[in-house]
Amino acid sequence: MWEYTKKVQDYYRNPVNVGEMENPDAVGEVGSITCGDALKLYLKVDKSNIITDAKFQTFGCGSAVASASALTEMIIGKPLEEAAKLTNQDIADFLGGLPEQKMHCSVLGKEALEAAIANYNGEIYTENTGEKVICKCFGTTEDKIRQIIKENSLDTVEGITNYCKAGGGCGNCRNDIKKILDDEIKKRDVQHAKKPLTKTQMIIKTNNILENHIATELRKDGGDIELVDIEDNKILVNLHGSCKNCRSSNLTLKNFVEKILKEHLGPEIEVVEV
Amino acid sequence: MENIIKSENIIYFDNNATTKVDERVVETMVPFFSTYYGNPSSMYTFGGQVGKYIKDARAQVADLVGAADPLEIFFTSCGTENANMAIRGVLEANPGKKHIVTTKVEHPCVLNTTKRLEKLGYQVTYIGVNSEGELDLDEFRDSIRDNTAIVACMWANNETGVIFPVEKMAEITKEINPSTVFFVDAVQAAGKVPINVKNTRIDILGISGHKIHAPKGVGAIYIRKGTLICPLIHGGHQERGKRAGTENVASIIGLGAAAVLAVDNIKDESTRVKMLRDKLERGLLERIFNARVNGSRINRVPNTTNISFEYIEGELILLHLSDLNICASSGSACTSGSLEPSHVLRSMGIPFTAIHGSIRLSLSRYTSETEVDYVLDTMPHVIKKLNGISPFQKQLKELEEIKLARK
Repeated sequence: MWEYTKKVQDYYRNPVNVGEMENPDAVGEVGSITCGDALKLYLKVDKSNIITDAKFQTFGCGSAVASASALTEMIIGKPLEEAAKLTNQDIADFLGGLPEQKMHCSVLGKEALEAAIANYNGEIYTENTGEKVICKCFGTTEDKIRQIIKENSLDTVEGITNYCKAGGGCGNCRNDIKKILDDEIKKRDVQHAKKPLTKTQMIIKTNNILENHIATELRKDGGDIELVDIEDNKILVNLHGSCKNCRSSNLTLKNFVEKILKEHLGPEIEVVEV
Repeated sequence: MENIIKSENIIYFDNNATTKVDERVVETMVPFFSTYYGNPSSMYTFGGQVGKYIKDARAQVADLVGAADPLEIFFTSCGTENANMAIRGVLEANPGKKHIVTTKVEHPCVLNTTKRLEKLGYQVTYIGVNSEGELDLDEFRDSIRDNTAIVACMWANNETGVIFPVEKMAEITKEINPSTVFFVDAVQAAGKVPINVKNTRIDILGISGHKIHAPKGVGAIYIRKGTLICPLIHGGHQERGKRAGTENVASIIGLGAAAVLAVDNIKDESTRVKMLRDKLERGLLERIFNARVNGSRINRVPNTTNISFEYIEGELILLHLSDLNICASSGSACTSGSLEPSHVLRSMGIPFTAIHGSIRLSLSRYTSETEVDYVLDTMPHVIKKLNGISPFQKQLKELEEIKLARK
């Protein structure tokens, strides 16, 4: 038995905005009866691109009906542009959460919206066309799996199955999914590494570079360097010893100190003597 | 358990999942919890005397399955243990034989065991079924080889209720290879159809307590004398070394009592219960245009019907039935915990338009005509409401027209 929130229960008991729409401005149709869930979303859009009405029909379980109801309630009255930003997590949040194994219902809602917007813009929704299909049971493409991993910060194969069903059938593709997942996690880790450092982290890091790569060289010539402060991208330093009165101190600063620091901290930094 | 739903308000149509423990069974069990709590293996009378009641229960179960000797009955924990014990135990006792025959529609307790054994190097032949859920006996005959250690086959299917001709299949097996062991999973047949193993060539047969109004956590396995089998659970000498572990005394005694009641009720199953099932099935087919029965309506246990409601999804039906206090189950993917719908219905080639909307209704001696009428009154409204949500309106309309034209 699933643990559905009160809101999910209310919506599957009494779904809202159900039915076919006459003369819709856009229709989005996703899923298939073979996979066990299908959703058809109809939109009315006015001249200023505002969604004035939305209706749906679905073949699916309780959480699919609830997700579709929630979706229509969330987008009616919104400009298309704003509605397009809606994520599957927004749908799940609106419902007070969905069981993990049912997250794919919220994804279906998001996909139907994407398909409807594409339809409105005169484009063809490119679900499962010409792309590499990874999960043959549910026809899930590599791009779709990558998108699901990114949007929901997933880190297990089971998680991916819960969100888009891929790997939940015969299970033969689980190794392929694992490879895609590992790849995405690696990318995510690199991105994390690029996250801007806090000021303290920046000071520690700069000081280490100065100490290990710069000061040691300067000391050979009887000079030295000290970190004074960091203001945004400006690294404020003091030169000591023989460097202080050296005529080429400006060259040292730009050609050597700044060059080394840029290699480690990025091209946007600037070294200033104070 | 504050918001627990009381059983007296429940319309229970899920007896293939589990059954209500018969009050008379509970009564026989109660003294063995805190009055006669001794261990039957003990030397003193207070413990040892319990052994007599276990002996009685063994005879009662032997009577239910028609064993020649009560010593051919061993108590276990459930139907799943029976399947594991039979298959693994026979393979271990016959190390030279690496082949297993079973069907595509077995319960997961057999299928997941054979899948595991395939990984360990055994070969498994899975016999398919036709659209009625019936086996092809010629295909079965051809599947038995010189190195076939065991055939594992259910007597009645848990999802559709379809009965396999296991007695005939045991004959065929022995005809081709007398040393192949024939195991029957009779969990869904016991108490519903007469079983008389002594007149058959069946070697091993398993039953489960909680499907025949005994408690959960107890089962029994019949092993014909002379059958080579190793135990699955090693330990003490209980069950004459075939199944170690201190006896689940109260439940075993309950299973004995339930076996007696099952024998007494078998006529009720094949008459009154069958009549109610047929009324329910006919009524739903008459009232709901997109309803269709899955599986043979001839070779079937009397308590089960599996009906598909095309173009709507099973879990959604169950949730709405639950709001009406009706308990049933579905072969839909959404309810199974996996994402694949019923392997039984898929093996039968039931179209996907129907598999996801399949509902199993299973009755018991406790089912009343009032309950059947209640389902017939309420369920058509549920289906009508859910049909309205389906994106397949065109297909539904066509189906309705075909149905009307036939009338």
